[in-house]
Amino acid sequence: MIEWIKQPWPWYVAGPLIGLTVPALLLIGNKRFGISSSLRHICAACFPANINYFKYDWKKEIWNLFFVGGIFLGGLIAAQLLANPQPIQVHPALVNELKGYGISDYSQLMPIEIFNWSSLLHLKGWLLMVLGGFMVGFGTRYAGGCTSGHSITGLSNLQWPSLVATICFMVGGFIMANLILPFILR
Amino acid sequence: MSKNIPDNDFEIRSLDATCINDSELVHPYWYNLKYLITGILFGIVFVKAEIISWFRIQEMFRLQSFHMYGIIGSAVVVGAISVFIIKKFKVKTIYGEDIQFEEKKFSIGHIYGGLLFGLGWAITGACPGPLFAQIGTGISVTIVTLVSAIAGTWVYGLVRNKIPH
Repeated sequence: MIEWIKQPWPWYVAGPLIGLTVPALLLIGNKRFGISSSLRHICAACFPANINYFKYDWKKEIWNLFFVGGIFLGGLIAAQLLANPQPIQVHPALVNELKGYGISDYSQLMPIEIFNWSSLLHLKGWLLMVLGGFMVGFGTRYAGGCTSGHSITGLSNLQWPSLVATICFMVGGFIMANLILPFILR
Repeated sequence: MSKNIPDNDFEIRSLDATCINDSELVHPYWYNLKYLITGILFGIVFVKAEIISWFRIQEMFRLQSFHMYGIIGSAVVVGAISVFIIKKFKVKTIYGEDIQFEEKKFSIGHIYGGLLFGLGWAITGACPGPLFAQIGTGISVTIVTLVSAIAGTWVYGLVRNKIPH
């Protein structure tokens, strides 16, 4: 049993489990599944700076911070107790492409050759982590939600603005991964 | 603290937000532990299905794998069926509260912000949820990405009134 759990889980196990998060949060407390709002609550709690957008009672939304705290712990537990000892398996074409950028370590879920502290000193690492993170934070809030709030909760409730947002997420991702990222990694 | 809360608290909290707290009930803080536990289970799925992997995100955006599409697609199907059942049978929460759904209003930000997030998603290999799980798995430098995402959210709050919606 534990051996089976340690293997990577197929999409048809993981997807339905993620889908069930929507009714689970509604049933246990009338909460709508969405994660990027946690970043806003952190701003409201720590540095509201008299900005109107952060002047609200963040304590009413503290459940969301417990939820993301749980995600952190879940990552910790999975990595410590349930980790897959094998390197991650990806498409040979991707392996080939990444080899050209000097990425060949598949032992972690992230390419640790570029995602490490010392690479922050170089433009490449700075673009990947600092600029990338900034775009995630700014973009999700501007869009009013991220993959969870729009692509899962919004689409589950058949909201067309969420469909527009999801399509834009994908378009942005396709442009970056295929047209821009190769130049950054090179 | 309470005297600083404006009268239009709910309106401000609802701005550009999907997951606002609709519950009127007030509970002791330890009731929040059930969200912690839900988050833990969710985080384990994130790691075990490799959703938080930068490599898997690259595969997705190069159409080299069905994995991520299968996950998002089946999650939406399960979520939609659940929402349908909750609406149809007017299912209540475990505390007997009505569950309400809100219609989303379209804003041009869905397009601009969506594109910007998509660009960032493909670089970092993470949406906001996986960022927390990536830190948990021990890749400590993703703390920088998270702090940067918080900074991005903060700057959005700062310029919100100056950009089109």
